[in-house]
Amino acid sequence: MSPAMIKEFRLPDLGEGLTESEILSWRVSVGDTVELNQVIAEVETAKAVVELPSPFAGTVAALHEQPGSVVEVGKPIVSFEVDDAGAAPSGEGAAPGGAAGADEPKREATLVGYGAAVEKGGRPARKARTFATPAAAPQEAHPAEAAAAQAAPAAVVPAPETTGERPRSTPPVRKLARDLGVDLTRVPGTGERGLITREDVQRFAAGSTEGAAPAAVRPAGEREIRTPIKGVRKYTAAAMVQSAFTAPHVTEFLTVDVTAAMELLERLKSNRAFAGYKLTPLTLAAKAVLIALKRNPTLNSRWDDAAQEIVQFNYVNLGIAAATPRGLTVPNIKDADTMSLLELSAALSELTDTARAGKTTPEDLSGGTISITNIGVFGIDAGTPILNPGEAAIIALGAVRKAPWVHNDELAVRQVMSLSLSFDHRLVDGEQGSRFLADVGAILSDPGMVLTMV
Amino acid sequence: MLTDEAGRDRKAPEPAKSVTNPRRTGGDLVQLLSPSGERISHPEFDLWISDVSDEQLCSLYEDMVVVRRIDTEATALQRQGELALWPPLLGQEAAQVGSGRAFRSDDFVFPTYRESGVAYCRGVAAPDMVKAWRGNALFGWDPYRYNMATQQIMIGSQALHATGYAMGIQHDGADSVSVGYFGDGATSEGDVSEALVFAASFQAPVVFICQNNHWAISEPVTLQSHVQLADRAAGFGIPAIRVDGNDVLAVLAATRVALDRARKGGGPTFIEAVTYRMGPHTTADDPTRYRDANELEDWAAKDPIARLKALLERKGLLDEQLETRVKAKADEVAAELRSGTINMPEPAAMDVFKHVYAEENSWLERQKDHYARYLESFSGSAQEGAL
Repeated sequence: MSPAMIKEFRLPDLGEGLTESEILSWRVSVGDTVELNQVIAEVETAKAVVELPSPFAGTVAALHEQPGSVVEVGKPIVSFEVDDAGAAPSGEGAAPGGAAGADEPKREATLVGYGAAVEKGGRPARKARTFATPAAAPQEAHPAEAAAAQAAPAAVVPAPETTGERPRSTPPVRKLARDLGVDLTRVPGTGERGLITREDVQRFAAGSTEGAAPAAVRPAGEREIRTPIKGVRKYTAAAMVQSAFTAPHVTEFLTVDVTAAMELLERLKSNRAFAGYKLTPLTLAAKAVLIALKRNPTLNSRWDDAAQEIVQFNYVNLGIAAATPRGLTVPNIKDADTMSLLELSAALSELTDTARAGKTTPEDLSGGTISITNIGVFGIDAGTPILNPGEAAIIALGAVRKAPWVHNDELAVRQVMSLSLSFDHRLVDGEQGSRFLADVGAILSDPGMVLTMV
Repeated sequence: MLTDEAGRDRKAPEPAKSVTNPRRTGGDLVQLLSPSGERISHPEFDLWISDVSDEQLCSLYEDMVVVRRIDTEATALQRQGELALWPPLLGQEAAQVGSGRAFRSDDFVFPTYRESGVAYCRGVAAPDMVKAWRGNALFGWDPYRYNMATQQIMIGSQALHATGYAMGIQHDGADSVSVGYFGDGATSEGDVSEALVFAASFQAPVVFICQNNHWAISEPVTLQSHVQLADRAAGFGIPAIRVDGNDVLAVLAATRVALDRARKGGGPTFIEAVTYRMGPHTTADDPTRYRDANELEDWAAKDPIARLKALLERKGLLDEQLETRVKAKADEVAAELRSGTINMPEPAAMDVFKHVYAEENSWLERQKDHYARYLESFSGSAQEGAL
């Protein structure tokens, strides 16, 4: 029962002379109990994204800044309610040079922005915990709260006997109760001085459900698996979101008869020059894309929003989406347009070997200008691929499969393949995208057409 | 999404790169402890750790855990505005504790700014490690008390100091050894080259410990050198050992080999401890901007502490009592660091003159006088005027 006091945490200089930082997100809410060094926020400086550990153990009393706001170094960003005993886990009171109590202004140890470090000591003024009964003023409820109350199961709607005192709990627990449709006045609190904890609410909710629905037996912890979002998954997610919501995607489909291309592939495989090389539909399709790009360079470009320019590349760094044990990566083959079919085949093998071994370097992953994704290996025909961020086009290769097809005006069994092309409509129009896709299709259905293109 | 280019049933063509790029030519990596905590026997190096008792294994474990805790606490203190900067050593505990525990008290260590683990082994108190990072002093400790120079910010220059000190030992006819620490990036610096040349020329009793943590801020080691770093020593005529830097036993053995050679007049040794900087270069750096997350995962699987812990488990040494003892020690040191940092007395303004010249002189006296009068001008009105 030690008296509580409010401690402010001022934004420090996080990186050798920075004057401000942006609050990206809060990891705690008002009312949360935090431990010393528990991560409370994610902050981005001009140099890095860093996590802020709590300098105190206590309860979050107030968050002074919203996510997204840029804060000057030295400004308070969060206040904690801490026990007098817990306020200085390091024995701050024993500071040399006098009684450095909570009332004493303490200089922020930052390189810049020595803001006024006025700490307000003592107990915060609080109002007595007496409230109107919840049933008394339903019309004044916050719309969202009212909606939540309406959505709550009917069983808990009837207001019970009220005591005029709101049950002791914390905002996150109140929110949990609202979400679960639990009336806090009916929940016995097991925490300190009758505080209703998260567990109390969950236990109460579980209890009231058990009565209604006969127990579906499933051991706890098997209904869902929670995995922290990090590493490749996090990166992929960010890239996908960025791409999907900045570039307006258009996807076009074309199904072509690739029998001739498959026959060519067989002939090449028996050709001595290609001995030891791996030739697949992807090899030919990659070459077809590179040839078609020469005629349709718009697809090999980038929207540079910062410079307000369209950058058309005179080279092709061909990205190949690869599923690796760790997730999706899109390494690219540098200057693929200068490569012969043989070189391209070797480069594709090396790229996928490296990706599967998890040895792809950041350099391999950057600087791509257009990408291919080979969904055909999974037996899939078509899809709407999402652009690799910064690129104007991505083409998905479907599975090569035998299908009934009109060939020479007769129905025949032919090998067909679907091509799905997504492009950034900001810089590629339907005409250019269509011409490009038609060219790729023409090469794959009749490889001799290349003679008319190069 | 996937390509099926890398067939399962056939060999991919040999990439032309591997023929023309002799990037990997170095000797075998000395490893006595596998990442899973298996003790690997080695014909030459086993001898050098044959005296390491169970008790010492536990104590090495304790030191590494404590060092990691110091690192975590100091990082938190920086994020809380109590330190201006901190260079984390996460992942390099074995390379530092394994070597730091091998020295004699009369050996002299010249560290970089990142050798907090070595400093801990030399007996430096945790708050002294952060004194300079808080801006409260030019340096944290008395070098002659611990026979360890203070943190060096210049890249590689301490290698010269180490060689110079070693030449001094030679002149004294003593059998102590000088030790110079540096990183992979420093091997590209002229100072390190000069230090190696002089050490070889004079066969000075110096051990160079290069912690190859793979990144010189944002430059990968593969860009720094097309041969393994240990191979660079051969060009100077210095014998080298390439050791698994996340294996505390291998680092201990290699350091003992090198110290023994130096004490017996055998001259310098270059140790490349292959390790990984799992955190940022400093707290002002964001490694996710230049480093592949996969790499970090690979190295997390080779964690130096987890591996020794696994060995202790295999040997049945890791009981609750040990864990409690180690945790208590780490908690104690962390609390000492936090309290010592927050309550660190601020330096007096006039202290700035203290360590400029060995002796007082009139020119300095005049500057002191001017500065004192300047400070005097703030008294009185300044209290209200300046916040």
